Amino acid sequence: MSQPASLTWLASHEFRLGWRDWVSLITAGGRTRARNAAIGLVAFAAFMHVFAYWTVASYADASLAFDTPALVGITGTLVLSWSLLLSQAMESVTRAFYSRSDLDLILTSPASARKVFAVRMGRIAAAAVVIAVLLAAPFINVLAFLGGGRWLGAYGVVVAMGAMATAAALALTIALFRVVGARRTRLIAQVVAAIIGAAFVIGLQIAAIFSAGSISRFAAMQSDWMLAHAPNIGSAFWWPARAVSGDHFALVGVLAFGIGILCAAIALFSRRFGEHAVAAAGVSSATVRQRRWSLGFRRRSQSRVLRQKEWTLLQRDAWLISQTLMQILYLLPPALLLWVTFRDGHDSFVVLIPVVVMAAGQLAGGLAWLSISGEDAPELIATGPITTHRVLCAKVEAVICMIALIFAPIVAVLMLDVVFAGLACGLGILTAAAAATLIQLCFRIQARRSQFRRRQTSSRFATFAEAFSSIALAATTVLAASGSWTALGPAAIAFAILAAVWSISPSRA
Amino acid sequence: MKQNRPIALALRGVSKRFDRPAVEALDLTVYGGEFYALVGPNGAGKTTTLRMIVGLLRPDAGSICIEGVDSLSDPVTAKQVTAWLSDEPMIYDKLTPYEYLEFVAGLWRIEPDMAEGRARELIGWLGLEPHAHERCEGFSKGMRQKVALAGALVHDPKLIILDEPLTGLDAGTARQVKNVLRERVSAGGTVIMTTHILEVAERMADRIGVIASGRLIAEGTLDDLRRQTGKGATSLEDTFLALVAKDVVAA
Repeated sequence: MSQPASLTWLASHEFRLGWRDWVSLITAGGRTRARNAAIGLVAFAAFMHVFAYWTVASYADASLAFDTPALVGITGTLVLSWSLLLSQAMESVTRAFYSRSDLDLILTSPASARKVFAVRMGRIAAAAVVIAVLLAAPFINVLAFLGGGRWLGAYGVVVAMGAMATAAALALTIALFRVVGARRTRLIAQVVAAIIGAAFVIGLQIAAIFSAGSISRFAAMQSDWMLAHAPNIGSAFWWPARAVSGDHFALVGVLAFGIGILCAAIALFSRRFGEHAVAAAGVSSATVRQRRWSLGFRRRSQSRVLRQKEWTLLQRDAWLISQTLMQILYLLPPALLLWVTFRDGHDSFVVLIPVVVMAAGQLAGGLAWLSISGEDAPELIATGPITTHRVLCAKVEAVICMIALIFAPIVAVLMLDVVFAGLACGLGILTAAAAATLIQLCFRIQARRSQFRRRQTSSRFATFAEAFSSIALAATTVLAASGSWTALGPAAIAFAILAAVWSISPSRA
Repeated sequence: MKQNRPIALALRGVSKRFDRPAVEALDLTVYGGEFYALVGPNGAGKTTTLRMIVGLLRPDAGSICIEGVDSLSDPVTAKQVTAWLSDEPMIYDKLTPYEYLEFVAGLWRIEPDMAEGRARELIGWLGLEPHAHERCEGFSKGMRQKVALAGALVHDPKLIILDEPLTGLDAGTARQVKNVLRERVSAGGTVIMTTHILEVAERMADRIGVIASGRLIAEGTLDDLRRQTGKGATSLEDTFLALVAKDVVAA
């Protein structure tokens, strides 16, 4: 048994908390849910292996002597995955500084703040690695099964990527602390995390739009320009790609670099952890003076008062804005594609419409949760002289208006290009937003807005229903815009999903 | 004297059951312009009773009348004249007190000019002027409670219902809250309040109801309650303990 307050003791405490957190995230505390979650995970793993077989089986016999296009392809995929890991790690590192859960207890104890910090960063790295391994495992397993054990080296690359992502997240967050101060770091780190998560994909898509007129990121990676400017084939830059396919020397190098850089970052930054955590704690009591939004009280209907309240709260909650920023950022490439093809006179709506409709559905789902479930003063609203029906209507209107405002420019430009496609797209956006809002209405709970991150855990059925209805409605819209009667197929699927949601809705019970 | 006053709140045979009965066949009458304190041990059913009155819970049986309006069949009209304040103030962190009061006034459909005048008055009374245009996110519990109280009063309710409003407040803030409530009662409003601080009930309430195991076991002025105990109890604390002990023996 380890000594209290030692590194191993703190680590076991931290990992126990992490494990319980993860289990409650998956099971939401119910024994039946635990069994269902286990069945769901097995089914998901099986599905992912089938998907992996479909996508990577043909690469299983690839030789170690890669050519430049193959190295660019693998490296691009690794950088893409790493950027997502970095985004996730930045959010976790920021939370480690600002979350007060047990930090007050630990920092006021005689335990070393450096050890606490080291363990906490280790936990974040481990979490990043576990997520990456879970997502990469089906692909690696399929490649190893078909192409031999050499592919198992990819697991080592994933570990190194998780360590490097945590180290980079740590360096970025500490740099923000020093440059912009504790008060602004939380918001800026969230925004930076969202941008990093989306930037690489968006960058590739933008490059592809300009070079190939396509939104496919692989088109950019295999472009002549990219291949001409790639480093020499013997460069250490390709070590991660080589390590993935079984080059032991490269694997050892990548692993040593990843773990070494994480240890160095922890050693370098742990000295001032307590100082930064204390500075972060002071932020919660900071005063924000608000410019008055009007010269006096205004005469408005109850519905308008409620809608205005929703918009004001969303506009002022930078933390929530950063959570939804990535969804909005993903709209940039389709918008750019629209602009480029509009200029060149091509029909771009076939690519554009599904992306936009799906984004609208996802964004509306998040906003609807905030508005309907994330009510910070539920008793005030419930004791107000207004019916529940009117309250819900006002909240739904607030969401739909916001979606309409965000997507109106894209629809307007599309209508200038192809009127019918623009109309169909607008209708699809509103339908997807309405469907996502209906799902959130059916599965509404009472929560605080700050619990937004965990909205998916309250009902996995709602999460999947939201995603699949968005996909079905995206397909419906693009087929309808093309004038095809086959649009009725995905429309029927979307309707069936919503009917199922309605029939099992807990709020109707 | 009491009989001449209008009835502000009437509960008849109100019952609510969760895993076990929380409130059983409760009859309660509170008159207009009265300060009524509801006291009782933990889990006695005080909060459940108040939450049923303000419409946050629906009773399994019985009727609730607020200012002559059946609140179960016409909740919106009943809520128009009611305010609710719980021990955990629920306000919007991202709004300023001024904006919060504008929101509440809009929700209660109060004329903007009138509401703004009241809001300024309340902000002054409660000492919130220096913070009127700061977001509530950095406020202490006492300040949040003051903002919530101002919100409860900005629509000039006839019936104010408070659940442990003084919990966690410092002496100065607690006195301000008590003064504001007394002021409302003097102006003809009705206040119903639960509290564990028996001294507050003793000093402020016109009548006190003692609730235990979901039933009203005693009610009246402090003198009435003393007489009911039949002992030489002097303070409300002695009286309360004697009444609760008697109820336990009877059960």
